Amino acid sequence: MTDLAIAANGLRKSYRDKDGDKVVLDGIDLAVPEGTIFSLLGPNGAGKTTTVQILSTLIRADGGQVQIAGYDLNRQADDVRGMIGVTGQYSAVDKLLTGEENLLLMADLKHLPKRTGRQKAKELLERFDLVDAAGRPAATYSGGMQRRLDLAMTLVGDPRLIFLDEPTTGLDPRSRRTMWGIVRELVAGGVTIFLTTQYLEEADELADRIALLDHGRLIAEGTAEELKRLIPGGHVLLKFADPGRLDAARLVLGLGTPDPEALTLQVPSDGSVRVIRQVLAVLDEHSIEIDEMSMHTPDLDDVFLTLTGQNGDQDKEPVR
Amino acid sequence: MSTLTLALRDSATMVRRQLKRLLRYPSMTVQLVVTPVIILVLFVYVFGGTLGAGLGGGRDVYVDYVVPGILLMAAATAATGTAVMVATDMTEGIIARFRTMRISRASVLTGHVVGSVIQQLLGMAVVIGVALAIGFRPNATPVEWLAATGLLTLLVVAVTWLAVALGMKSPTPEAASNAPMPLVFLPFLGSGFVPTDSMPAVLRWFAEYQPFTPIMETVRGLLLGTPIGNSAAIATAWCTGIATASYLWAKHTFDKA
Ligand SMILES: Nc1ncnc2c1ncn2[C@@H]1O[C@H](COP(=O)(O)OP(=O)(O)O)[C@@H](O)[C@H]1O
Ligand SMILES: [Mg+2]
Repeated sequence: MTDLAIAANGLRKSYRDKDGDKVVLDGIDLAVPEGTIFSLLGPNGAGKTTTVQILSTLIRADGGQVQIAGYDLNRQADDVRGMIGVTGQYSAVDKLLTGEENLLLMADLKHLPKRTGRQKAKELLERFDLVDAAGRPAATYSGGMQRRLDLAMTLVGDPRLIFLDEPTTGLDPRSRRTMWGIVRELVAGGVTIFLTTQYLEEADELADRIALLDHGRLIAEGTAEELKRLIPGGHVLLKFADPGRLDAARLVLGLGTPDPEALTLQVPSDGSVRVIRQVLAVLDEHSIEIDEMSMHTPDLDDVFLTLTGQNGDQDKEPVR
Repeated sequence: MSTLTLALRDSATMVRRQLKRLLRYPSMTVQLVVTPVIILVLFVYVFGGTLGAGLGGGRDVYVDYVVPGILLMAAATAATGTAVMVATDMTEGIIARFRTMRISRASVLTGHVVGSVIQQLLGMAVVIGVALAIGFRPNATPVEWLAATGLLTLLVVAVTWLAVALGMKSPTPEAASNAPMPLVFLPFLGSGFVPTDSMPAVLRWFAEYQPFTPIMETVRGLLLGTPIGNSAAIATAWCTGIATASYLWAKHTFDKA
């Protein structure tokens, strides 16, 4: 048996509110092997944060069994806490303390010897590009800097399993890439990462395995490749000058959905250059001229549209 | 390391955290000291002549009489500050982080309590200093000073744990600032500003049985030599009881949340 960093079975959680019980997690099973990146992908309100809160001992599940690195989550919570590091969705730094003081506070709470603690703090400040800001209260930091400090604090004491709840939401593209780089470095060092995100791109970029969470249920699980195969959303859209060319193109390509009104042909594609080159080569060979060409890559909305038959983004108002 | 050593170590860390925060933002501490000093000066110079006459003397007699009441009011005012600080802290992400760490759970609260106790004892020292400057003339021996300090420390610990529990129970920092309000009035509804035998029957009954009166009577007795009777024992019992109950309440609330 390979060692599992996280093994969860039938995780349930509901909250009571004015209109009765609201089920937030409805029987979640998870198996995350050590040393891998696992991504929980889902829209706002899917239950990602709740899952992280349960797995990191912050709140108790109503039902289900969980083992973290072999420890029982309920009966051996303190052992679990000794193994994990958590960077929650919302900033968990002491804003009144400076960046350096925050790191030293973590070192003290991890019971590191004073010298080791100072060494570690210095190292992390350098690694996370916070040396210049080290002496300023964290309240004065930008969003990206607070995220970095937050993650740096999580890394004090070298946890073997790290939870990252939407680590790049609200970050600019550059900070996002920096964060991705850090996550990859961590895994290269043998750490296990449990990451939640709303971005398909992010999960695709980082994760070994992805689970899709929707309304408290896992609706699909697998590698990025496996999931993409489930999504027919990716295609190349070819536009022609007249119906004759459209019909000819459909005939020589042998696939695609024609739209005679718009004079377009929708050819399924995984977005790879190879497929596009093939399509163009075939059309060229038969001298069929294309007016316009556009690419459509699947996104999270397509995933949820396909797997649940409804729009994944809970925030959007329904179109009337 | 044993569990107890670790708990002490975590508590020391949390106390350092709290003291750093208090030092960096001294406005709260200043306010805690200024409020009772203003009340002291107000009562001594505005009401002191009349109230002192009622005690069979003048303003100088009233200064001596009112100081213990002011000290308890200082503790009660400080409780408001502590409750707000705890309520605010609990909404911060850092507390969630602490909860996911392998540390002594009570240490987070102990940090707040020890920080506030140190802050308040310093505040009380300033109040006594000002009182001495405007005519407070205690006749206590060093042992009596020590005993008075001991009782006041016990009071501050009790009130602070209560404030921590109230702060944690409050849904918002605003609610937390109101919760300990009744404490601020206890010195008035006791023997803090005027003797209880000058009050109407119902109020007198309340004044004599509420916890602050025996504490004020004991401090007054220790510092000024008025009779103490069984007040010292009752005062100690009240403080210990409130401290223990509030500690358990606060810890339970923190563990459950
Ligand atoms: N403390 C709570 N009380 C009541 N409902 C909650 C609570 N926490 C979360 N929820 C609800 O649970 C659902 C899932 O929330 P959450 O786990 O934060 O989702 P996500 O992180 O995927 O956006 C939401 O509908 C949210 O309103
Ligand atoms: Mg969330």
